[in-house]
Amino acid sequence: MNFKLKDLGPQLITVLAVVLVFGFFTYNAQVNMENRGIDFGYGFLSQESSFDVQFSLIEYDGSHSYFRAYLVGLLNTILVSVIGIILATILGVIVGIARLSPNYLINKFAAFYVEFFRNIPLLLQIFFWYFAALRALPLPQDAEPMFGISFLTIKGLFVPAFIWQNFNIFFYSIVAAIIAIIVIRIHAKKVQETQGKQTPVLLISIGLLLILPLLSFLIGGVRLEFEVPVLKQLATTSFIYEGGVSLPPELIALALSLSLYTATFIAECVRAGIQGVGKGQKEAAASIGLTPNQVLKLVIMPQALRIIIPPTTNQYLNLTKNSSLAAAIAYPDLVLVFAGTALMQTGKAIEIVSITMFTYLSLSISISILMNWYNKKIAIQEK
Amino acid sequence: MSKINFLKPDKSNLYTFLYLGTFLFFVSVLDVLLNSFFSLNITGFLPDFLSFLLPLIIGFIGLYFIRIELSGIKQLDLLNKHINTNNFNAVLSLLIIFIILKSIPPILNWFFVEASFAGDSKDVCTGSGACWTYIKVWMRRFMYGMYPNGEQWRINLSFIALALLGSVGYFATDRFKKYLTLYYVVIYPFIAFLFIFFFISGGPVFFDFSYGIIAAILSIIIGFFIPNKFKFYYFLIVPFGLYILLKYFIFYEELIELGKLDGLNWVETGAWGGLSLTFIISFFCLIFCFPIGMAFALGRRSGFPLIRYISIGFIEFWRGVPLITVLFMSAVMFPMFLPADFFIDKLVRCIIAISLFEAAYVAEVIRGGLQALPRGQYEAAKSLGMGYWRMHIFVILPQALKLVIPGIANTFLALVKDTPLIFVVGLLEIVGMLNLAKTNPEWLGFAMEGYVFAAIIFWIICYAMSKYSYNLEEKYKTDR
Repeated sequence: MNFKLKDLGPQLITVLAVVLVFGFFTYNAQVNMENRGIDFGYGFLSQESSFDVQFSLIEYDGSHSYFRAYLVGLLNTILVSVIGIILATILGVIVGIARLSPNYLINKFAAFYVEFFRNIPLLLQIFFWYFAALRALPLPQDAEPMFGISFLTIKGLFVPAFIWQNFNIFFYSIVAAIIAIIVIRIHAKKVQETQGKQTPVLLISIGLLLILPLLSFLIGGVRLEFEVPVLKQLATTSFIYEGGVSLPPELIALALSLSLYTATFIAECVRAGIQGVGKGQKEAAASIGLTPNQVLKLVIMPQALRIIIPPTTNQYLNLTKNSSLAAAIAYPDLVLVFAGTALMQTGKAIEIVSITMFTYLSLSISISILMNWYNKKIAIQEK
Repeated sequence: MSKINFLKPDKSNLYTFLYLGTFLFFVSVLDVLLNSFFSLNITGFLPDFLSFLLPLIIGFIGLYFIRIELSGIKQLDLLNKHINTNNFNAVLSLLIIFIILKSIPPILNWFFVEASFAGDSKDVCTGSGACWTYIKVWMRRFMYGMYPNGEQWRINLSFIALALLGSVGYFATDRFKKYLTLYYVVIYPFIAFLFIFFFISGGPVFFDFSYGIIAAILSIIIGFFIPNKFKFYYFLIVPFGLYILLKYFIFYEELIELGKLDGLNWVETGAWGGLSLTFIISFFCLIFCFPIGMAFALGRRSGFPLIRYISIGFIEFWRGVPLITVLFMSAVMFPMFLPADFFIDKLVRCIIAISLFEAAYVAEVIRGGLQALPRGQYEAAKSLGMGYWRMHIFVILPQALKLVIPGIANTFLALVKDTPLIFVVGLLEIVGMLNLAKTNPEWLGFAMEGYVFAAIIFWIICYAMSKYSYNLEEKYKTDR
């Protein structure tokens, strides 16, 4: 009993301190809100927002609700994060492997890239791309077409839009291809474990991914047309492209700087992962007669991935959080649309900031739960 | 068969291939060199496509010819080993050499040759290069923000003094080495705080500071004549006594006049800015986030479940949200949580917010170090009869912190790189000042120069920090 009491003391003091601080804050918040005549509540979410957003993935204008504005911001955040993650992964893996190259020049070039981009604040890079580099692009009327169909101008990148007929059949064909690939992979693994035979899974997968959608074009009646952007004159000196998809320069600058910056960290993760696999592993694999490709596929990568994936997921998370810097260049992401404009209009500081933080928090906590699960799954089963 | 053998370089006809390959390689490099530096195209008579690819092809053949294993020539073997191991590597090496050659002239032109340095107005910037005049004219703003020009010596003096005080550790003799930790953890931050609060901020509070300085100097001078036996008690009592004596009894009126130093004006924190603000914020956040982070790292490993859950909650909360929303919170939400008449300065709120945010990251890094220590260390310390605090201070933390030096350095680097975000609350450090200067109607169109300038400064700071952390890591690396 005595022992327990000794344990209870410090805990009680800590909890008391936390409760006191929070109580103090809530009390003050109540008093302040009463004094200023603000009431607390989330009812404003269904009110009409009456502000416009420049770029949104879903239909939105001033007559929609604040909740829809929140969704617009969230989707924009997710869009830029996904683009950034894809680009950063590709670049990061290439640079990470290049840093391990025996070629002196490639090695140093990759090292220079990493040292250069990761020692400059991300915000500065975003400003640089948005205010300095992308401002040097031509005006819409002077733009040279890229590959004849898309235009990179100071007002953004204009690419052709896809116009689908029977899109759902195309979609189903891709889903079917993916399911077939998973089945084949499982089967191939079983065959390999029982009979030791290797099946060319990669070739079959690529073939399936190509053939099934192609069949949907030939048999399923899927049609694809391109809507090429066309230059249109708004006023004597003002031009804009119509039709197609337009990516605003804010999105381009943000995705570019996010991926260039995060790629440096991913490159370091990849390098550390591959270096983390002991030299003995490679030699042992080679000595039992595996080919270099098999060594890479069956021995090195499974072990390297175990080291690479957790910190890389962390970097993805960082990228998503860093995408909130969009507010600095007026890309309408969650922070700008919701914690910026909506907060200005409603004045509901506590509600809006807490919703914004909670959104990011749930995003990162769900990713870290996933990561922990994955970590447990791939961890070496020690006895 | 003999034909293939003839084309395949080996030792028997080494010099033929060596001369031929070197010649071809140098021709390709020369072509690109002339092209980029003197815009001469010696292959201009060929079709565009061929003329573009020719250096690559020639260089590739050249490198293929000189790829002779074990030639016995040291330089050649070295070259082959480093940039010319196989066809793929040869092409990549050539591409990188060409890219470097191609990009040097435009960069040099922009930075130096075509750039304008002289003058103090926009009119001198007519060339196609950078306009460093812009940086020169705006230098004071970029360094000190809106701090009044006449008062900027205060910032300079404070930084110089703090740098000198900070370098004390290098000159300390063995006798004082053991007090260094105390000095850097407690005394130095306190002095820095006094400097920044009373000297850079200035104003009426400066009186107190001057009493303190006078009391300290007087007591140190008298201290030389005090026998060693009583020195400890002397320094414990006399400076504070002198301070109170000076402040309340002697020289009261006279010292107010002295303390004023003819107008150390109060400069509100809203006017601070530029690179000096970056330093101030980084410095304080760095000092505060470390102990907070350490406390939460210990809390997360504590045996008390309630303390552990509170620590986990704290860490995961700050790690889960972006810094920009934290700053938003400190700007718009935090004032609501305080009594109406209670005002906390914007800069202080910012420093608190960033410190708490980075503390969560520091906590995770330190936890990594704590977890990496073998259990034997804990058990050995306990078996010597050490309690929780003594065990951690003398056995666990010194080893754990040594392990996590790179992680801590990365967190501090992230902190320095995060300071520009304070634009959210309206404080303008160097990047914010750049954005302000960019919109000045007299100086439109020099965004590039400004960002390059700031990028160079940040790069130097961050690179120096990362190299320093690497040195520290090497210094404290002890074999186990």
